[in-house]
Amino acid sequence: MSKIDVAPPYTAVSRHEMFPEPRHDEAARFDFLANLNKFLAGTLGPGNKLAYDRRVLPAFVKEHGREPKDRFEIRHAMNEDPFHRFWSALKRNSMEMRQQNGRAMVLRQLDALDAKARAFNDGKDTLELDPSVAVPRYQAAVDIHCMPGSYHGEERPDDVSAGANYDCGLFATTGGALGALNDGGGQALVEWVRKERPGWEPRRVLDIGSTIGHNVVPLALAFPDTEFFAIDTAAPSLRYGHARAQALGATNIRFIQANAEDLSRWEDGTFDWVQTTMFLHELSGKALPKIIAEGYRVLADDGLMLHVEQPQYSDDMPLYEQFIRDWDAFNNNEPFWSAMHALDLKEEMVKAGFGRDELFTVGVRAVVDTDIFPEAPTGESEDHGRAAVWNAYGAWKNAEAIQEAAE
Amino acid sequence: MSNEPIDWMTRANLKAKGKRPDFLADPEEEKMLSMLMAVIGEISVLRERLDTVERLLDAKGTISRDDIERYEPDREAGQERGEMIREYIARVMRGPQQALQALEEFEPPVQDVVDELRDS
Repeated sequence: MSKIDVAPPYTAVSRHEMFPEPRHDEAARFDFLANLNKFLAGTLGPGNKLAYDRRVLPAFVKEHGREPKDRFEIRHAMNEDPFHRFWSALKRNSMEMRQQNGRAMVLRQLDALDAKARAFNDGKDTLELDPSVAVPRYQAAVDIHCMPGSYHGEERPDDVSAGANYDCGLFATTGGALGALNDGGGQALVEWVRKERPGWEPRRVLDIGSTIGHNVVPLALAFPDTEFFAIDTAAPSLRYGHARAQALGATNIRFIQANAEDLSRWEDGTFDWVQTTMFLHELSGKALPKIIAEGYRVLADDGLMLHVEQPQYSDDMPLYEQFIRDWDAFNNNEPFWSAMHALDLKEEMVKAGFGRDELFTVGVRAVVDTDIFPEAPTGESEDHGRAAVWNAYGAWKNAEAIQEAAE
Repeated sequence: MSNEPIDWMTRANLKAKGKRPDFLADPEEEKMLSMLMAVIGEISVLRERLDTVERLLDAKGTISRDDIERYEPDREAGQERGEMIREYIARVMRGPQQALQALEEFEPPVQDVVDELRDS
């Protein structure tokens, strides 16, 4: 008989030197939440589709004489259904508890965490903070993921609470599916690029919207001679992220407080690889094309642009699935999730300058130690929008032209 | 950098910026559910702590608070505790799970059954 599917214990997470130290009961709180989230997604989640098929859709058709025309009509109808409402209430509470539990653990030991961060950060030129960088309105209008203070909030000046809270609670949200260091996404990128272009050593890599650097650290460790630049607008996340990277031995990453809408500090063609990981959906409609265009400008010929995201909504995706993937947009403070996933990302990359034949998409599944951590779920138990299964939208810039010139 | 002390217990409870959606019919029910969920979580924490104490006593015969704080389950104990939590959640979530089952079975109201059996 195979093992019953439960979340791994919280004590299995890797506690690098910057990681908040959980007390017994604090770890137990995350054990509870990780398993609760599995229950809500896997056991109760399918009830939403049943409620839709058996109650909501027939009632909608009866009232309107037609099926819903988009995911918004489904949402309005489902928001009247008692099963969906109660499931949503449970899921929202789980997210609020995750934030409370994470913040309680971090804030209790904030003196120690700040001191550890200072020990790693002070005097290092690989952390570059710039107080003149404003938090963009699209990051400040609501607290993303219901994180009080979002990525940029400070409990007191110069603290690391936002980054530490983000790091310690990813486990609960994903049921452990991102692995021991929450870096299953970054590890997947390493695995993919090694296979895609064996022997490639990029000179410089730009990671945009890096938060605590959990996706870029595996890359930096895999390419120790490459210069990495991790930029974000949120100073508390960068302070924590820089210290975290140093603790993990990734000293070839420069963490810089900057807004990627303006990369003018870098000349055209500076980077061999420009990437974002689960970042584009946190951008406004105006910021996203600017950032992709700036990324294109600073990308060298034969360079790689890669955006890791959840799958975009397309005509091929059933409207119900679009609706359930939209849950976080309206119930977990992800204000751009819905609009961004309806964008034709390939079109945005073409507008930025890529040729259509340079574009590709690739499926990415978190790489984790499957002896301990669960493999990214697919199918019925997938927590839509949170599962560690992504689509990467990529392009090699002018690769063919370079090849022809060489021949 | 400042090390000004903060009231972490109060600060941990802060609300996220952005209007909270209404899920249930009455705002009071939302608050009651949030309290109930917190209590459900804390009972799970207590059960896990008791499990730690029992495992340590089995292994050592006598223990200290520090032993409890530093305890980390091995692979097998971690799986067993995961299953314990899963079973606990299933027990607490009986109501919502039965609502799901009712959707699967699509049953007629009991009154219909009564009426049918009365005349059969």
